[in-house]
Amino acid sequence: MKTAPADLQPNHKGHFERYNRYGYYFLTPFFIVFLIFSLYPIIYTIYLSFTDLAGWNTTSNFVGFKNYLAIIHNDLFIKAIKNTFLLWILNFIPQIGFALLLASWFTNQKLKLKGTTFFKVAFYLPNVITAASVAVLFSALFSYPMGPINMLLIKLGLISSANNFFQSNWATIFIVSFIQFWMWYGQTMIVIQSGILGINESLFESARVDGATDGQIFRQITLPLIKPILLYTMVTSLIGGLQIFDIPFLLTQGGPNNSVLTITMYIYEQAFQGNRNFYLAATASVILLLISIVLSLLMFRAFKGRTKVGRAK
Amino acid sequence: MQKALRARRTLIYVICGILTLLSILPFWILLVNATRSVEQIRQGLSLLPSGSLVHNWHVLMNQGFNVWQGMGNSFIIAACSTILTVYFSALGAYAFTAYNFKGKKLLFSVMVGLIMIPPQISMIGFYQFMTKLNLLNSFIPLIIPSIAAPNTVFFLVEYMETVYQPDYADAARLEGAHELKIFHRIMLPIMKPGLATMGIFAFVTSWNNFLMPLILINDQSKYTLPMLVQLLTANIYRTEFGAMYLGIGLTVIPLIIIYLFLSRYIIGGVTAGGLKE
Repeated sequence: MKTAPADLQPNHKGHFERYNRYGYYFLTPFFIVFLIFSLYPIIYTIYLSFTDLAGWNTTSNFVGFKNYLAIIHNDLFIKAIKNTFLLWILNFIPQIGFALLLASWFTNQKLKLKGTTFFKVAFYLPNVITAASVAVLFSALFSYPMGPINMLLIKLGLISSANNFFQSNWATIFIVSFIQFWMWYGQTMIVIQSGILGINESLFESARVDGATDGQIFRQITLPLIKPILLYTMVTSLIGGLQIFDIPFLLTQGGPNNSVLTITMYIYEQAFQGNRNFYLAATASVILLLISIVLSLLMFRAFKGRTKVGRAK
Repeated sequence: MQKALRARRTLIYVICGILTLLSILPFWILLVNATRSVEQIRQGLSLLPSGSLVHNWHVLMNQGFNVWQGMGNSFIIAACSTILTVYFSALGAYAFTAYNFKGKKLLFSVMVGLIMIPPQISMIGFYQFMTKLNLLNSFIPLIIPSIAAPNTVFFLVEYMETVYQPDYADAARLEGAHELKIFHRIMLPIMKPGLATMGIFAFVTSWNNFLMPLILINDQSKYTLPMLVQLLTANIYRTEFGAMYLGIGLTVIPLIIIYLFLSRYIIGGVTAGGLKE
């Protein structure tokens, strides 16, 4: 048998060392596009937050930290931050609650539930549908005075006359939170279920043999073991929640009384409506970036050790 | 004991049944109302379709709701983005899995860090940059950035680790195959199931994208489907309900069809690469 030249001999890892430079070549497109279309725009945004760029101008002046001082005293921006977190909390609590409950049922061997695949498909459905379409659909469903929800509630005798939901701050906040909940609890449930399925079944069985109830098993075994997944879910959901835009924007344009105006909507409206205050929008973006970075670091800790590449070889 | 278990099971089925209705009913009402007249919709709720579909269609078309154009635009953008995302993410994932090079751990960490940085944060700089490049009202800024999709690379790296065999590549090298050829002929086919899953997610994400086209495109002939939806909030539809429901329905139906056929892959892929928004 012919032997290969020395430099073609596989090394002990089965690799051909001289080919390793292809690792760089193959990652080049990714990092070039990232540098041009993500990193540069981020740096440019940070730069703009120190200028007075507005309107259709193409030039601007450097103004130092003026915009940052202005924005932390800007009531509308503070309100947008509060609204964003409020909307997130109001949708995340029921979301994680339902997801945990359903995932623990679907993985409980004792219950032997049928049709769980069907239910999963049904629960996940809203997540696939365009958020913009969902927003306009719900604005029609809750519309006044002839919307289907109003007619249904009257028929059921729950209200005596039609309700103009979108004139009430709290009704609008709850509708936005509900839509977010409705679109995401299926996704969260599937993630949590895969976490529970990763737990060794014998742990549950021996607990059951010892006479533990389902509630005890859930609190003492399941919850502690899926903690990393819960953290992952929470951080991804929070960072996703910080970006919320489509639903409140198309449902009520942020109204009534800016009760569902979110951070991303604030950025959009400052930059692309009225005076086109790019400098304020850029400043708000940088603050959003800082919040996201803090949360990403948390995220990174949750990710640690999930893949081999990140570990020492 | 047995009785208590049965009662509990029944309760769970009832709750799951209610949640299933909650998922389906809004879309059912939407599709039914798309076939009903304004009068019928005003009179009350119905779960059965009626005969005004054609009328609603004409109203919608007279309002310039160019659904075919919107669908075409959305399709071009989503299809091109998907191909670029899948191809270049596979290439990147292969680089991380198959080669050992200096700085690999650092590059991988950087990439994982990028997963959580959403595009909205840079949109002001991105918009100004695209204005300078004269790329407003162009699909290019909606397509090219999908070459760098950190979460897809991340998922495919995890996927590659389960299917990759160094021997395949080494055998091909001994026969003199070029590295890129090895990637195309051997690695891409191995990764196919993972690529399909990621492809579906990339397509749906791009198809549903609203904010980026909203800031970059204002020529109506280049509107994507989610942008067309925005037109349905116009005043005329406060009276023409049927046409409005039909308009929303037309944007929803393609996704429902995709979902019915591919739900197995989608549900299976959620835990893999399904990051929010």
